[in-house]
Amino acid sequence: MLAYSLRRLFQSFIVLLVVGLVAFSMFRFVGDPIDSLLGQERTQSDIERLRGELGLDDPFVVQYGAFLGRAVQGDFGLSYRQARPVAEIIAERAPATLELALVSAGFAMFFGVVLGIFTAIRRDGFAANAIMSVSLIGVSLPTFLIGILLIYLFSVELGWLPSFGRGDVVDLGWWTTGFATGSGLKALILPSITLGLYQMTLIMRLVRSEMLEVLRADYIRFARARGIREKSVNFRHALKNTLVPVITVTGLQLGSIIAFAIITETVFQWPGVGLLFINAIQFVDIPVMAAYLMLISVMFVAINLIVDLLYFAIDPRLRADRSGGH
Amino acid sequence: MSEAVLSIRNLTVEIPTRGGILRPVDQINYDINRGEILGIVGESGAGKSMAGNAVIGLLNRPAKITGGEIWLNGTRIDQLEGEDMRRLRGKHIGMVFQDPLTSLNPLLRIGDQLTETMLEHLDISRDKARKRAAAALDEVGIPAAAQRLDSYPHEFSGGMRQRVVIALALCAEPSLIIADEPTTALDVSVQAQIIALLKRLCRDRGTAVMLITHDMGVIAETADRVAVMYAGRLAELGNVRDVVTHPEHPYTDGLMGSTPLASKGLKRLRQISGSMPRLTAMPEGCAFHPRCEFAQDICRAEPRPKLNGGRSACHFPIQQPAEETA
Repeated sequence: MLAYSLRRLFQSFIVLLVVGLVAFSMFRFVGDPIDSLLGQERTQSDIERLRGELGLDDPFVVQYGAFLGRAVQGDFGLSYRQARPVAEIIAERAPATLELALVSAGFAMFFGVVLGIFTAIRRDGFAANAIMSVSLIGVSLPTFLIGILLIYLFSVELGWLPSFGRGDVVDLGWWTTGFATGSGLKALILPSITLGLYQMTLIMRLVRSEMLEVLRADYIRFARARGIREKSVNFRHALKNTLVPVITVTGLQLGSIIAFAIITETVFQWPGVGLLFINAIQFVDIPVMAAYLMLISVMFVAINLIVDLLYFAIDPRLRADRSGGH
Repeated sequence: MSEAVLSIRNLTVEIPTRGGILRPVDQINYDINRGEILGIVGESGAGKSMAGNAVIGLLNRPAKITGGEIWLNGTRIDQLEGEDMRRLRGKHIGMVFQDPLTSLNPLLRIGDQLTETMLEHLDISRDKARKRAAAALDEVGIPAAAQRLDSYPHEFSGGMRQRVVIALALCAEPSLIIADEPTTALDVSVQAQIIALLKRLCRDRGTAVMLITHDMGVIAETADRVAVMYAGRLAELGNVRDVVTHPEHPYTDGLMGSTPLASKGLKRLRQISGSMPRLTAMPEGCAFHPRCEFAQDICRAEPRPKLNGGRSACHFPIQQPAEETA
């Protein structure tokens, strides 16, 4: 188990290095940041001075090495546009994105699993079929369209919920939260649904098909043949076996919730990291883009690692391999 | 004869399909007495398992009992549904499935699977159930039973798992065990042990056993009486010794001729030409007549031959021991 964890950790490290390289080198071709940093009234000496300051004339390897060295210490340099440390800007924006991701992940997982189980157990029922049909909408409509439709319905027509922003937030110094105020909570509803709907339908369909598969298994028949009550068959015997493959996909989906918050944040003008990234692209703010990419890949790698370790917790057959080893 | 634990009267199971109604079990009759082992033999698709599933109320939809009666210890059970049937399963009827590798829930400790079953049916405390679980494992010949309670199924070999399955089927002390091909998935050397175990346990407790198998050898060694099924119908029913040595029905005769038995010496095995009729194309009259060398006009016409309390459902039962004529 320890050897396995270490090996996984090492692999994760390699992945991060490669992502860092790709991020860093690709962004060199996006455009010249000097153009956007200095206005029309620039002189050649201004340009050269800034190039020197930013280290843009150094060889590629030196720039990459310096980037990595600083990145490890949490220093992603100064934003070209805002002239403030990138780490500081991201730290300021992260709570908004993380709270949004948390709420939509919770929404997606709770309803995804519950509806998945429901549609599997009552697979011929009217309600289950209706849910399955409606879920097609969640899979096939693009996120921005769902967001816009929700805004139209609940903000414009009904006027129940705000159409943009986080509402009032409480500043805890290191964290800003929208959970503490009524308007903050209300502002979370529409973006969370928009962001989580796709994941919810995906999880629901996955849980349903896995559960149907498991319910056909011999051990479920045997449990029934022993007179185990239906509730226990479904939730003790079947659900646990359903969860193993569901955890993988769900874990990866949570990563993409954070990564793809960009679209939702744009639609709802949510002041999070995604919106920051979109703005950074417009201004070729390389340090911000690089930092964002690194952040997302760290998150994906971490989630993958956690998912793998969760297997051990759920499936005893994997735990048995720790002594055998292969 | 002592009182019958299980009585099946004219049991018919039907599957409605687009092409018409299929009848995988067609008006079969038999009793199983206390402590008696009734072997049910027949080819794949002869309706052996379907009859067993009908008794324990685990027919897969759309198959359902459309005629006849099933009596268990003097109570009619074929009309029971839902909760009533569930309470019967495990408590009064135990079942052993074919494949021990898939019969046990891989994610639950075997001790938990045992105690769960006992707590469901018996009015005992959790501690007591655990003690009885250990005793049950010990009884089926699992070494160091008390320590193995916390083991998972994958930590046992196939034969050991089938012992666990038997312990599970017997743990609430049912009066009838349905063993559906209990040794088919096991090594030959383990088969004999499992059969001996099943036989001993049921003798000791007076449990009636419905032993479903296509292996005549297993039946010859184990069962007291044997029912031969062909195309959903009962072809022959009688004491094992009589049926094995002097089969009356030409099908049984063919079945015996195709089975290598030590008592017969080394002779070329016979085969029955043709194959069992498909349920979608059942012939008129006796289902066996297209393959039968003795078939006459009466065999091809309705009404088809029935057991009617006799041994075989045949117009021309074989009078002489088959081995001397072959």
